[in-house]
Amino acid sequence: MTGTPILKVDGLAVRYPSRGFRKPPTTVIEDVSFEVGCAETVALVGESGSGKTTIGRAVLGLTPVSGGRVLLDGRDVTRLTGRARRLLSSDLQAIFQNPYGSLNPALPVGRTLAEPLLVDSARSRDEVRAHIAELLRRVGLPEDAADRYPPQFSGGQRQRIAIARAVARKPKLIICDEPTSALDVTTQAAALNLLSELQDTLGCAYLFITHDLAVVKEFAARTLVLQHGRIVEEGRSTDVCDRPQHAYTRRLVAAAPVPDPVLQRRRRQQRTDVEAATA
Amino acid sequence: MTTVEAPPKARSRPRINPFAGIWRRPVPAAALVVVVGISVAVIFAPLLAPHPPLAQDLLHTLSGPSANHPLGTDALGRDVLSRLLYGGRPTLIGVGLAVLVYAFFGMSLGMLAGYLRGWTDRVIVAVLDVMLSVPAVIITLAVLAIFYQSNAAAMLTIGFFASAGLARIIRSSCIALREELFVDAARVSGLGPARIMARHILPRLTGQLLVPVFLFSGNALAIQTGLGFLGLATPAPAPSWGGMVGDAAQIMQQDPYLLFVSGGLIGLMSLSFGLVGDGLRDLEQDRRQATGGRLRRPVPATAPENAAKPSDGAVLAVRDYSIAFATAHGPRTVVDSISFSVRPGEIFGLVGESGSGKTVTGLSLLGLLPPNGAVTSGAAWLADTRLSGLPERELQRIRGSEIALVSQEPMLALDPYFTIGSQLAEVIRRTAAVSGRKDAVRERIRELLTSVHLRDPDDVARRHPHELSGGMLQRIVIAMALAGSPKVLIADEPTTALDVTVQAGILDLLRSLRDEHGMAIILITHDLGVVADTCDRAIVMEQGRIVEEGSVEDIFYRPRHAYTKKLIESTPSIARTEGRIA
Repeated sequence: MTGTPILKVDGLAVRYPSRGFRKPPTTVIEDVSFEVGCAETVALVGESGSGKTTIGRAVLGLTPVSGGRVLLDGRDVTRLTGRARRLLSSDLQAIFQNPYGSLNPALPVGRTLAEPLLVDSARSRDEVRAHIAELLRRVGLPEDAADRYPPQFSGGQRQRIAIARAVARKPKLIICDEPTSALDVTTQAAALNLLSELQDTLGCAYLFITHDLAVVKEFAARTLVLQHGRIVEEGRSTDVCDRPQHAYTRRLVAAAPVPDPVLQRRRRQQRTDVEAATA
Repeated sequence: MTTVEAPPKARSRPRINPFAGIWRRPVPAAALVVVVGISVAVIFAPLLAPHPPLAQDLLHTLSGPSANHPLGTDALGRDVLSRLLYGGRPTLIGVGLAVLVYAFFGMSLGMLAGYLRGWTDRVIVAVLDVMLSVPAVIITLAVLAIFYQSNAAAMLTIGFFASAGLARIIRSSCIALREELFVDAARVSGLGPARIMARHILPRLTGQLLVPVFLFSGNALAIQTGLGFLGLATPAPAPSWGGMVGDAAQIMQQDPYLLFVSGGLIGLMSLSFGLVGDGLRDLEQDRRQATGGRLRRPVPATAPENAAKPSDGAVLAVRDYSIAFATAHGPRTVVDSISFSVRPGEIFGLVGESGSGKTVTGLSLLGLLPPNGAVTSGAAWLADTRLSGLPERELQRIRGSEIALVSQEPMLALDPYFTIGSQLAEVIRRTAAVSGRKDAVRERIRELLTSVHLRDPDDVARRHPHELSGGMLQRIVIAMALAGSPKVLIADEPTTALDVTVQAGILDLLRSLRDEHGMAIILITHDLGVVADTCDRAIVMEQGRIVEEGSVEDIFYRPRHAYTKKLIESTPSIARTEGRIA
């Protein structure tokens, strides 16, 4: 990790009030602490219900935080609201899982891409248009895409639009919530390449939320493994994937199928042996 | 960087005109003509009216229709047509004012409550409850006591109180809208609530405004004319529709004709408002149901030529098989003359990305193509039965007992209102594998649930779907598919919605079912890891064509087609040593 962390999460807790009288609240996240360095990619891995998406939403201020702190570039942003929260948008952005839902189908792409630029309204119309053209070129879409509507694009192209929106103001940190899980594998590879390229040129850090350990190994420098709202393992991605320490991580690694029949047969045999031994 | 194919050139606005298609429906179309026609006539009353509305012709009172007075004259000899044209003005102005207030308050209160939530929501909802519980007509009479004979004051009051109903509709739509991902994305982009409401929420809600506005217009018309009838809205000699009904009612015994003319016009207008509103609502409903293809007409199935059944001992054989869908631009071929054979006891992968035609192929084998799709060439055989062209009754018998389906989303395959046991029992009775006796069925349920490795099958059978995890539900769906002891099981992305640890268990189960029952499994998937783990042989499909076919070893170690190579390279692997980041 290099220098001061761009994101520091300290003892984060998220609880939802339960239905019913005097029932204790439901805990989604408990005592989660981690850091993301400048221009670093940190993966947050977990299965459904592990709370990985909630952590991303809590950092973005989309979900109220019950305890702990979120520091962005050394500044406490845990409970910022209103205008102060909106001004964070130049440093903190997000790419969501579903590129079909994250773009308003009734707005032309150009207007969606202009949204991050509206916050400080110092730009002229021509500047905004030039900036959008530059963004589209950067994510590999034709310039006239700005005048079209999201339904006219494929899933991969829409995710490129969402990526363009996220990098519009050169943020320091982008929360990527399963950005490729709705895409085909060939499209996913292209989208991951694009994210790597943008990181090289813009120097942004990624908090990469995913359920797919195989993607993590190839894409993220460090990995946090989340189970039931707590971090159970943390380390370099290669270490976590090749030499998992925690029992849950071992189960995750063992269950991930690899695209190689002979190797997969061997891995499956190992897995079933372990399962038979523990059962 | 990879190049991205250019998006389609056509630039169509996705916004829909709520009136589109109304001309194909005679009743709402006629009602719309009536509303617009009468309104225009009333607006241009000075040009159209044959006489001034107050001019009396005392020689011709109550004359009935004549050349000079097309709709006759009233008790003072005033021209009825002219009075109707001029008299519509206070009525329509009143209705217009009421609708404006109704739409403005309904929209803004509903949107503020629904988007901002919190205490704003609570205050607004409390106000709306009060507005709905107060009798609006009595308040209006009180207002008229202060602003005597003020049409505007009365109708503004009516519009305001009625807006509470609209505000509730808008509020609940707005609550749903603010959960949309693009609203979150706009918040992350740094947009404030005012901008989000203006850009993202308001345009989505205006479409919902039209139906309540038309229905309310009918009500407002009835109330305005009612006030006119009572003489509360328009001072006496000036004409108004309500006032004309009042005048006609006084001479009802002498001449009921005038009552029909004035009352009939009000009724016609009020009815038309309502019919336009209903028509628009029906159109909206149709649009929501007919998403996707505009054409529901099936592709003309060119009777598949009588290809001979291949005799290679296959349990399922597909030869020269094509499937096409009817679209707005004519038939589109999505599966293009594919051929493959599945042997007994084999797990056969149908591999491809979205749009490759793999799922459509699987569904067509079960006779479950959507109504606008059809098999256009070739045929499929299940053992010796030719599936293509089989009547629906036969297909129903075969489905479940010879060939069964496990789909991607187990929650959707089960009915949330019934217990697992009762849903299994239904399938067991239908496939008639056992006699209908209760304990025999119960025994079979236990057997099936045990065969999919569920511990405590009796407990599972008593539960409802929402009480069980996704992995358990998928096992139950597999158990249902097994109820008829099918020869072929088609599993369409059976683990895509599941976590990876759960996926491993389901794939283990499929493998063991194949080993125990010797049935063939067609595994439709996009995941090459799953293929490597589970399949014996596979075909790789790209845009409706088979590009690669063979044993999994051949496909993974000796891929011939560039697309297969690209797929394998693109699939991330946890076992690969070289990462993108060293």
